[in-house]
Amino acid sequence: MNVSRNTTIVASVLLIALFAGSVFSRRKVDEFRGKEATLEEVLYLPSGKVLKRLSLGYSGLLADIYWTRAVQYFGARHIKHSQRYDLLYPLLDITTDLDPNLIVAYQNGAVFLSQKPPDGAGEPDKAVALLERGVRANPDYWRLYFTLGFVHYIDRDDPQAAQNAFERGSKVPGALGWMKVMAARMAERNKDITTAMALWQGILETTTDKDVRVTAQRHIVSIQADNDLNELEHRVRVYRQRTGRLPANWYDLINAGLLDSVPITPFKDAYALKSDGKVDVQDASKYPYLGEWRNNIELPF
Amino acid sequence: MRAIEIKELTKTYAVGFWKKQRHLALRGLSLSVEAGETFGFLGPNGAGKTTTLKILMGIIFPTAGTASILGKHFLDPDVRLRTGFLPEQPYFYDYLSAPELLDYYASLSGLPAGERRRRIDKVLERVGLGDVGKKQLRKFSKGMLQRVGIAQAIIHDPKVLFLDEPMSGLDPLGRHEVRGLIQGLKDEGKTIFFSTHILSDAEALCDRVAVIHKGELRGVGVVNDLRSSVAGKSEVIWEGAAALPAVSGLTLESHVTGESVRVTVKSDDLDRLLEQVRRQQARLIAVTPLQGTLEDYFMARTTEAEAVRS
Amino acid sequence: MTSRLSAIALNTFREAVRDRVLYNLILFVLLLVASAPLFGQISIGLERLILVNVGLSSISLFGVVIAILVGIGLVSKEIEKKTLYTILPRPVRRWEFIVGKYFGLLLTLLVNAAFMTIGFYIALLVTQHALHKADAGLLVAIYFILLQFMIMVALTLLFSSFSTPIFSAIFAFALFVIGTFGEDLKNFAAMSQGAIKWLTTGIAWVVPNFASLNVISQTAHDQPVSTGLILFNTLYALLYSAAITAGAVLIFDRRNLK
Repeated sequence: MNVSRNTTIVASVLLIALFAGSVFSRRKVDEFRGKEATLEEVLYLPSGKVLKRLSLGYSGLLADIYWTRAVQYFGARHIKHSQRYDLLYPLLDITTDLDPNLIVAYQNGAVFLSQKPPDGAGEPDKAVALLERGVRANPDYWRLYFTLGFVHYIDRDDPQAAQNAFERGSKVPGALGWMKVMAARMAERNKDITTAMALWQGILETTTDKDVRVTAQRHIVSIQADNDLNELEHRVRVYRQRTGRLPANWYDLINAGLLDSVPITPFKDAYALKSDGKVDVQDASKYPYLGEWRNNIELPF
Repeated sequence: MRAIEIKELTKTYAVGFWKKQRHLALRGLSLSVEAGETFGFLGPNGAGKTTTLKILMGIIFPTAGTASILGKHFLDPDVRLRTGFLPEQPYFYDYLSAPELLDYYASLSGLPAGERRRRIDKVLERVGLGDVGKKQLRKFSKGMLQRVGIAQAIIHDPKVLFLDEPMSGLDPLGRHEVRGLIQGLKDEGKTIFFSTHILSDAEALCDRVAVIHKGELRGVGVVNDLRSSVAGKSEVIWEGAAALPAVSGLTLESHVTGESVRVTVKSDDLDRLLEQVRRQQARLIAVTPLQGTLEDYFMARTTEAEAVRS
Repeated sequence: MTSRLSAIALNTFREAVRDRVLYNLILFVLLLVASAPLFGQISIGLERLILVNVGLSSISLFGVVIAILVGIGLVSKEIEKKTLYTILPRPVRRWEFIVGKYFGLLLTLLVNAAFMTIGFYIALLVTQHALHKADAGLLVAIYFILLQFMIMVALTLLFSSFSTPIFSAIFAFALFVIGTFGEDLKNFAAMSQGAIKWLTTGIAWVVPNFASLNVISQTAHDQPVSTGLILFNTLYALLYSAAITAGAVLIFDRRNLK
């Protein structure tokens, strides 16, 4: 029937055209809202406790949603583009209010919080506050104390507080032995490269979050490189003392008995010996945190 | 121009749990109705009468075939300005009053506001609902609802009316009144197409009828002609009950009251019957030829195995 | 055509009114009044904030509930009760019926929201003892709520054109919830792979974007809403609801009724 077929055609065309138009409008809406719009909501929310009551028993689900938003926005892939670090703590605050037993929010959230921009919000004190709430709500989870110690040592330069954290953690039933070992190291009050390495290794082993893993690996690689560079430059100095001149290449050092073979980086390429006696890596971009531990071996605080 | 023209209208339903079986509700129905005719659409329940009307009114769609009303395609919206429909056991918006309902329908049928106001009161008066005022339809009796149904079918003064079982559910008084209404509409020159399974109503009102059974047209024609086609019966009355057994094979019907016997017999068999009665020495009282009834025609057509193409 | 559309729309509105739908306004007033004692116990600064949040959220939620409760029956009730048997034989096109119903329910919601808005501002006046310039900004939030209604009505109408009331209600409610978390669905899609990624991305773009139409918290804190956002949200709501309504027309147009 012609009349009806007309309607079918018109309606179908309209359906497709209008929907396409709506998708276009929606993209513009997203543009105007900005990428942080959904997150900014946290700034306007009443406290997490009120939200928990309003969520009518679905607080766990809601916590997961907020945590997913935090990961999406602050995860390693996006952190370089995000500017709203002020949103991170409120997000984590709400998340842990809604679900105080969401361990990952404390563990990984604390790392996001304490790392300096552009890797994180650069708020280690807030990270400590978060972790303290975490251990209060989850007294059996001793690994939270590890993260707490990590934050105190690495980001807050406070070995006493770090020692305190490791000691508290070591007392929790089921805690692994090296919590005591770490506590002892803290007690030496030295900010040394091996302790830092051990802490980052610990983070690497315990974390479940992909982005935190990546951060930890990058730190480890950089620390390794720093360590190697310091050691290599030291041997160059020894060579100079002995021979009165700088080595031309690695073979000079090998022949002098100062090295066994050409030194290679964690990425399996060779370290570069410069003409002024300094040593460097081939590709600095692979070591985002290079230089943090240069010539800082065994320096007292 | 014919008022209604139906061509090979077919409707097949897929039934059964897996929708594999086919139920043929209408099989190639073809009919025509002239302007001004009152046309009866007869058939037993489930024959396909309501299906036909639903298709013509655009409530369901035909599997095949087509129809035209007043020369235009039956689904052309302009045609609807000049047709009216009364569904079987109609349902209305029960939160409205009768005038409100008619106003709504009339505006959908294209009548401007002033026109509507004028007609509503007249129409309500005509169908015998002049005094319902603002009463909500949910409080109406069945008979009153049927009248509202007729009112909404005629409010816009259509040329062609389609009525589905207009007498259904009415008491004898109601049926008498509705018959009167239909007669009145007929006198106004409207074409009326109505379906029913009550043959006496069809006989009283219709110019022509069609008989439909199991989705097929079984017969169509002028009422008198159809009656004549099954004429040929006579009624014989005599006294002497003892004679009855001898003629039992010839009688179509028989009634005995005391000694008085009344039988119906095919006219062809009349002579043999009379001879038998005389032989039995019964006293003949009366012999009357009977006119065929529509019912006879109907029964004949609906028990045949084959369809008749008109 | 327009006279038929408005006749159907007004009749739909009249049905809702006579079905006592608007009585929900009484509940709304009670809610506002009942939450007033809470205000006194919290610090002054928070009084207004809570009133705005409760008030505007109620306007939104009540409207959505009515949209669902009335919307699911818009078409299915007429088929069930066979009232369509006297409508379709008239010169009404099937698409006019659908579009008329849409405007009828939308009108009901608009009237409802209008009354609630007045009540809300009265409550605001009483609490603050005056109305400030900042209170005008709340009208943007209310406007966005109306845009939400446009979309919800279209959705319930769509479901009503082919589904029974119970399923329509479930689908509509589910879409409302999913649409509210549309952003998170997109996030989830971005983080997954393969078939799931395609599926969730598709769903995220098809479901209505209610998240961006909720600026209650923002306006409660007196944050401005950009004109660009207002413009494109309006466009989005118009186009999306029109598309959905076209879908409803498509479904209803070829449907064999009982």
